Amino acid sequence: MSALAHVPTASGQPVSPPPAARRGRHRLLPYLLLLPGAAWLFLFFAVPLVQLAAASLYDPTGSLSTGYALTWAFGNYPTALQAYWPQFGRSFLYAGIALVLALLMGYPLAYAIAQKAGRWKNLLLVCVIAPMFTSFLVRTLAWKTILSDNGWLVGLLRDVHLLGPDGRLLATPIAVVLGLTYNFLPFLVLPLYASLERLDYRLLEAASDLYASPLKTFRRVTLPLSMPGLIAGTLLFFIPATGDYINAELLGTPKEYMIGNVIDSAFLVRLDYPQGAALSFLLMSAILVVVFVYLRRAGTEEVL
Amino acid sequence: MRSAFRPLTRRGLLTGTLGSAALLAAGGTLAGCGTPGAQQTEAGCVSEDLSGTEKTLAFSNWPQYMDVDDDDESKRPTLDGFVSKTGIQVNYTEDVNDNNEFFGKVQNQLAACQSTGRDVMVLTDWMAARMIRLGWIQKLDKAKLPNVEANLLPSLRNRSFDAESQLAIPWQSGLAGLAYNGRVAKEIRTVDELLTRADLKGKVTALSEMRDTMGLLMMSNGHNPADFTASQFDDALNKLKRAVDSGQIRRFTGNDYAPDLAKGDIAACIGWSGDVVQLGFDDDQIKFVVPDSGVMLWSDNMLVPNRATHKANAEEVINYYYDPAVAAQLAAYVNYICPVQGAQAEMEKIDPELAANPLIFPDEAMLTTSRVFMALDEQQEREYEGKFQQVIGA
Repeated sequence: MSALAHVPTASGQPVSPPPAARRGRHRLLPYLLLLPGAAWLFLFFAVPLVQLAAASLYDPTGSLSTGYALTWAFGNYPTALQAYWPQFGRSFLYAGIALVLALLMGYPLAYAIAQKAGRWKNLLLVCVIAPMFTSFLVRTLAWKTILSDNGWLVGLLRDVHLLGPDGRLLATPIAVVLGLTYNFLPFLVLPLYASLERLDYRLLEAASDLYASPLKTFRRVTLPLSMPGLIAGTLLFFIPATGDYINAELLGTPKEYMIGNVIDSAFLVRLDYPQGAALSFLLMSAILVVVFVYLRRAGTEEVL
Repeated sequence: MRSAFRPLTRRGLLTGTLGSAALLAAGGTLAGCGTPGAQQTEAGCVSEDLSGTEKTLAFSNWPQYMDVDDDDESKRPTLDGFVSKTGIQVNYTEDVNDNNEFFGKVQNQLAACQSTGRDVMVLTDWMAARMIRLGWIQKLDKAKLPNVEANLLPSLRNRSFDAESQLAIPWQSGLAGLAYNGRVAKEIRTVDELLTRADLKGKVTALSEMRDTMGLLMMSNGHNPADFTASQFDDALNKLKRAVDSGQIRRFTGNDYAPDLAKGDIAACIGWSGDVVQLGFDDDQIKFVVPDSGVMLWSDNMLVPNRATHKANAEEVINYYYDPAVAAQLAAYVNYICPVQGAQAEMEKIDPELAANPLIFPDEAMLTTSRVFMALDEQQEREYEGKFQQVIGA
């Protein structure tokens, strides 16, 4: 991840200054290496982002046929938020619950694969990644079958009276949260696995030699050492889950719609471009704030 | 000794990137001041018709909307018939999956009076109405469409967005009405039953297509969706909202209600006749109901966009599909409502059972209760669509 950052300082040993020509090339090299990526980012991220920012400030009374004038209409933001704050809150709530569920399942899974799986390690990893070879949409549609009112799962839950005779899973918040948890789980497990795999088992032995209980060993040794993976995984899970709208659309009802559904309809159905753009920016800034607070609290310099 | 150059750190890079992005944002916004209007005129965006020299035609349609040979999927009998009859090579693409998405695909070109590379495209009534309103659609030469003139179903003439039938010619039509699965629900007759019957609670879906759902609801209130007022719309919307709030309606769907209805996850719904006919072939318990209050009639229309370079060829293909024999052959495959008079008689020769199916060839009684949703201007479209989306939750 950080190979570039170390290029100029090389070994850290005091060395005689390189000849000027070489130094010049050295200075440019990292930037030259950055060029293709930066150009890509500029064209396909920065430019559209600026356009979106401008669109969010268009005159809201404009229309497709007459066009939109840029009137710096900052009022678009409060208006959009006022109309759609429930969907906003719901996005963060569902993504948050899904994240907790995913952590409860994903951490032990990643730990088991990294430390305990032995020769089954690669097979298990393939099992985690394999579903990603099918389309996101197909996987979500498969969940519709699993959670179907007449499916075995709902039948079982009704038999053990966890669900009433008319109870259902499909078209409830539970289905949406389960869908989110499932669909983004690999994004959490893979980085976690990568950092847990490097965990030196001797450190755990040392901790227990020093009379640390298993719980304390986990808290003081395993968890801190897996922190980079945990943070990366959490972010990779939470950010797309918050903006997701497929799960709410296919597994939920209008009462479960998330902010992604609203943005989709603002751009494609209602053709209210200023509002759609304003909502996109609100979502982006809300996620940035959450991420910054999280990184501050988690206290890591690794990611930023 | 301090290094002569600053190492490139992650933080430095990030600050630099953010900084330049901010600068760029400021510069970009000042430079680009809004978007120009998309309004064009049909007369102002005509391209020279090359049909005389180029015997080709680019045709964009929905998937599974054209007959294919039972033995060879790559053969399309009616279209191949057209090619051998006229010598016009058809470049047929199934790239319309959703009206809104397709609009997004062609919007930039058409708004700027540029060619989309298509000569015919098939879009639903309301999208056709919007494009006609925006001046994006070419007027057809009626002299070149004698079959349309003779055979277009009377209920599909005089539509508010194309009174002269020379901008949007129906490809196939369909009904939006009620459907139910007889295995999980008793027969359903009216829209009110769908929205209030206790045994259906949470097992009902409606269409996210505003015009179909709201049209049926307005008719159930005794109003006419082909000509209604804002307060009549609001009445129907309140009715819908009550059904959403009470949990009666489970979801709003596109075509995806069909598998749910077949499985019995939903017991009854507002749905499209074409889907229900298809489901009915596999399961005779899935039934389509024309409510007594009336049924919505919609069409997917063939449109010739601005800057199309093979307009005469396009007119030729449109006219060809209004030959009753060709129309019957197509209808036997796609099972939607055939907009061509006389095709029913032709269908007798192909498959008498299909010819007797009122969901492919509706009888007079059914057609008199059917309505086409009124054409909306831009202001109305945004207002109604906005209110409707608010109720359906997005």
